[in-house]
Amino acid sequence: MIEEEDIDLLLSDLFDLYGYDFTRYSRASLKRRVVRLCSLDKFPSFAELRYRVRNDPTYLKRFVEEVTVNVTEMFRDPAFYQSLREEVLPVLGTKPFIRIWHAGCSTGEEVYSMAILLKEANLLRRSLLYATDLNPSVLEKVRKGIFPLALMKQYSESYIASGGAQDFSSYYTAQYGQAKFNNELSEKIIISTHNLVSDSSFNEFDLILCRNVLIYFDKDLQDRVLKLFDASLGALGYLALGTKETLKFSAVQNKFKQLNREKIWKKII
Amino acid sequence: MEENHLNHTCEFLLIGGSAGSLEVLFRLLPLLRGDLPFPMALVLHRRNSTDSSLSHLLGSKTLNPTHEVEDKEPATPGTIYLAPADYHLLIEHDRTFSLDYSEKINFSRPSIDVTFESAAEVYGSGLVAILLSGANEDGTSGLTAVKKAGGTAIVQNPDTAQMPFMPHYALTHLPIDHVFDTIQMASFINSLA
Repeated sequence: MIEEEDIDLLLSDLFDLYGYDFTRYSRASLKRRVVRLCSLDKFPSFAELRYRVRNDPTYLKRFVEEVTVNVTEMFRDPAFYQSLREEVLPVLGTKPFIRIWHAGCSTGEEVYSMAILLKEANLLRRSLLYATDLNPSVLEKVRKGIFPLALMKQYSESYIASGGAQDFSSYYTAQYGQAKFNNELSEKIIISTHNLVSDSSFNEFDLILCRNVLIYFDKDLQDRVLKLFDASLGALGYLALGTKETLKFSAVQNKFKQLNREKIWKKII
Repeated sequence: MEENHLNHTCEFLLIGGSAGSLEVLFRLLPLLRGDLPFPMALVLHRRNSTDSSLSHLLGSKTLNPTHEVEDKEPATPGTIYLAPADYHLLIEHDRTFSLDYSEKINFSRPSIDVTFESAAEVYGSGLVAILLSGANEDGTSGLTAVKKAGGTAIVQNPDTAQMPFMPHYALTHLPIDHVFDTIQMASFINSLA
């Protein structure tokens, strides 16, 4: 049984020793992840887990990767991607150069989905996709652009549902049960570690996507991150959140206008 | 054991269901009082789509306002909350809801176990949890956590369930406080204060 106080101790260790601040994460979810990791890695008690985290920097990497959620997929919520295709990209296409930020991109499935949309809109050549996450190991996967082949059938269906008209399999090469996405897509993706809790704005973007990341943060941290996005968006830029996330009741809600039923907002001031 | 529950006030009512549970809810919800003195949440396995029509459909059967949970929304008495499709639903200590898109549990997202376990920690003996019809093992670990925290565990009578496996599995794995059909369930819920 792991107590709230145990989690507090662990979180202060992580901050004091490594500078990772998880104190404003949604506690219920975080605690469940810690309990899960404890049983996954067969620690006899919480004290052993804490000792390992304090004393083994290589284990720290695994810890951070496992307590944060890294579940993602390509073209999740096809209607959202359809809206990007039909309503956002035509507007971005009027710009000479397009900068897009995928904040908390995890293993990058959404970044590659976006690259495919840009390619099909003939905008990929003049676009750059910045993919950031706090886990260096997931970013390595983004760089490689290799995903399990077994998932391609599902991704292909979502791609078609989003309005995709090409042969989805033309975007990757299948080998040894893996799908390696084309270099044409990956060479437009710039990866970098970035922690939404502690790092600041690093560029000005036309579109920021941060889907199903804010749900892991408490209200205060959500506000901090939304202000960071606001500061990182150019005039009339777009912000896209997950289906169950909202700008409503946030510190920046008056600066944005929701486009349609999808969770896409346009910066109006 | 029965008498214990009379002393408890219900602070939170949870209902988990899978295949065959919607029919039960359609019959149960109209029988419930229109001013539930506690929040109620439904965790249902459903098809992996954003069919927001389900909350309207369920809401049309009850006088209690019914909607899908929004992230970080407070759990308010008299409201019926529906776990959104494809997210786990958790409860924070400040009694707000959190959503979680982590791995499926028992092939399910939302997982009944996840919500039951999370609510058990927050509400302890103030939690009443009901497991309905279904064809998998989800809910049993959750009910075990509810019991351990001093809450009340109820299952639908498997004889009345379209898919008896889920309530039956719970019955064979832990001591269940009540085994109810729909009518019994409604009068029990209406008697909770």
